[in-house]
Amino acid sequence: MSMILNQVRRGYFLDSVALMRISRTVAGLDGVEEAALMMGSPSNLGIMCDADLLDEVGRAAAGGDLILAVRAADQAAGEAALAKASDLLERRPSAAGTGNTWRSKTLRSAVKHLPGANLALISVPGDFAAAEARKALRAGLHAMIFSDNVSIKDELDLKQEARAAGLLVMGPDCGTAIIGGVPLAFANVVPRGDIGIIGASGTGIQEISCLIAQAGGGVSHAIGVGGRDLKAEIGGITTLMAIDALACDPATRHVVLISKPPAAEVARRVLERIGASPKSYTVCFIGAEELDLPANARAASTLKAAALDAMQINALLGTVHTVTVPDARAGSIQGLFCGGTLAAEAQVIFRAAGLAVASNAPIPGIEPLAGSTALHRLIDLGEDEYTAGRPHPMIEPAVRDDVLAETLRDPDVAVVLLDVVIGLGADEDPAGHVAREVAGRGAGGPIVIASVTGTDGDPQGRLAQIEKLRAAGIHVAASNADAAELAVACIGAGA
Amino acid sequence: MPPMMSMADDAIDNLFSAPPKLVNVGLESFAEELTAQGVEVVQVDWSPPARGDARLADLLSKLSW
Repeated sequence: MSMILNQVRRGYFLDSVALMRISRTVAGLDGVEEAALMMGSPSNLGIMCDADLLDEVGRAAAGGDLILAVRAADQAAGEAALAKASDLLERRPSAAGTGNTWRSKTLRSAVKHLPGANLALISVPGDFAAAEARKALRAGLHAMIFSDNVSIKDELDLKQEARAAGLLVMGPDCGTAIIGGVPLAFANVVPRGDIGIIGASGTGIQEISCLIAQAGGGVSHAIGVGGRDLKAEIGGITTLMAIDALACDPATRHVVLISKPPAAEVARRVLERIGASPKSYTVCFIGAEELDLPANARAASTLKAAALDAMQINALLGTVHTVTVPDARAGSIQGLFCGGTLAAEAQVIFRAAGLAVASNAPIPGIEPLAGSTALHRLIDLGEDEYTAGRPHPMIEPAVRDDVLAETLRDPDVAVVLLDVVIGLGADEDPAGHVAREVAGRGAGGPIVIASVTGTDGDPQGRLAQIEKLRAAGIHVAASNADAAELAVACIGAGA
Repeated sequence: MPPMMSMADDAIDNLFSAPPKLVNVGLESFAEELTAQGVEVVQVDWSPPARGDARLADLLSKLSW
């Protein structure tokens, strides 16, 4: 009979990614059925309770306490797992690496310790992110706020304060930036070059920067602005500052702007500012159909089109593989995406092909998933309904496992369409994970099509990831847009 | 000079002119990856301030830094 064992460390904080890494190791031990290390917030207590991981010790934990919880086959295995978890907590490597073990107690002392510090990367829980960002601005630092769940009022206050001080606030919910050749948070190792990117979307910046690299180009700076910057409430404060900053940047020749369609008034202001810039622009308001652009700007409907336009080329040359269209067959296409903008890009392609498609994150002209009877579905697994209490699927690819397994078994599914996003911040082997899940499908299952957003400079290596997918019988396209087009081609007359 | 040119601040020019020097507040894996790239970064040993009271922490950040 299973045993549940909990330990609680009072007033002990560790970030969610570090805890997830330890949880994974402990969950993989012999005799362990399930394991989790989580802070004792009310929402985490609920998640652990649902997972049948709590005993009375864990249930008594407070928000500032760390809970070590295991469910094991017997007492000995449970105790061994808790001992291993404690050991991993004690032996946690220093954040700054082996050569520099010093950590600052406060942001103020960090700034004193690092003369010339100019950027704060903030990824604390959302409730506390605005306070940390405010401290950073008052210390004269630009701020990249990775955290989400920051109120729009706090976002506006921070951006107004930053603008008055001539500082950039990237975010909140800014997953990706590349500044001065340095990839920050979830970004890819791309060559330096003369193309600037301004993006309200993390995976949008990733896909465009990687396709630019694939085409032989490079990126000067990629400035994430946060998903709400171009909403009416914020008015594009960071986007406008980024346009101005890149206008003066000698390293930038051309700029790509990527966002969901902005509020009309904000779009007008942004396009007006672009019109006054000496740089040329590619504008990709993904999902928007009509754009009235200034003379120095061109429109792109997809991320791939934006990258090709920025590079002034017609096709991705030098790609390492060609994909033949598998036999056309009848049935549905099910897209399961980790990247929200990659799901949006696929919708643009399905919409252009006239397919009946629904999404949980629909672009204009696409049906919302709830209540839809559309045959095809393009799902953003980064949306709240999939990530509540769990890491984002780019950090923890297992988030996709259940829905992927179910989809692979569905006899009405003709094609499964996937994205694999690599780079800094991402899981160490997302393609290997997908390959293992897909390899177990039975003969006659759906066609599986994927693309890999990344570069060979990334820790996972794009080519190595592609090879793992192909070895599992997955068709790998050169870009997310190509993968979506291949999926559409597969169903052919069956649509 | 177009009007927007004057808005680009020295601080942003400074950010673009050299690899950034970072203060990392939060996920330690970000600092590990930056260090591995040879980027200068200091990790703040963060835990929820004001005994986990986010409203109080926000208020305190407005009073001082």
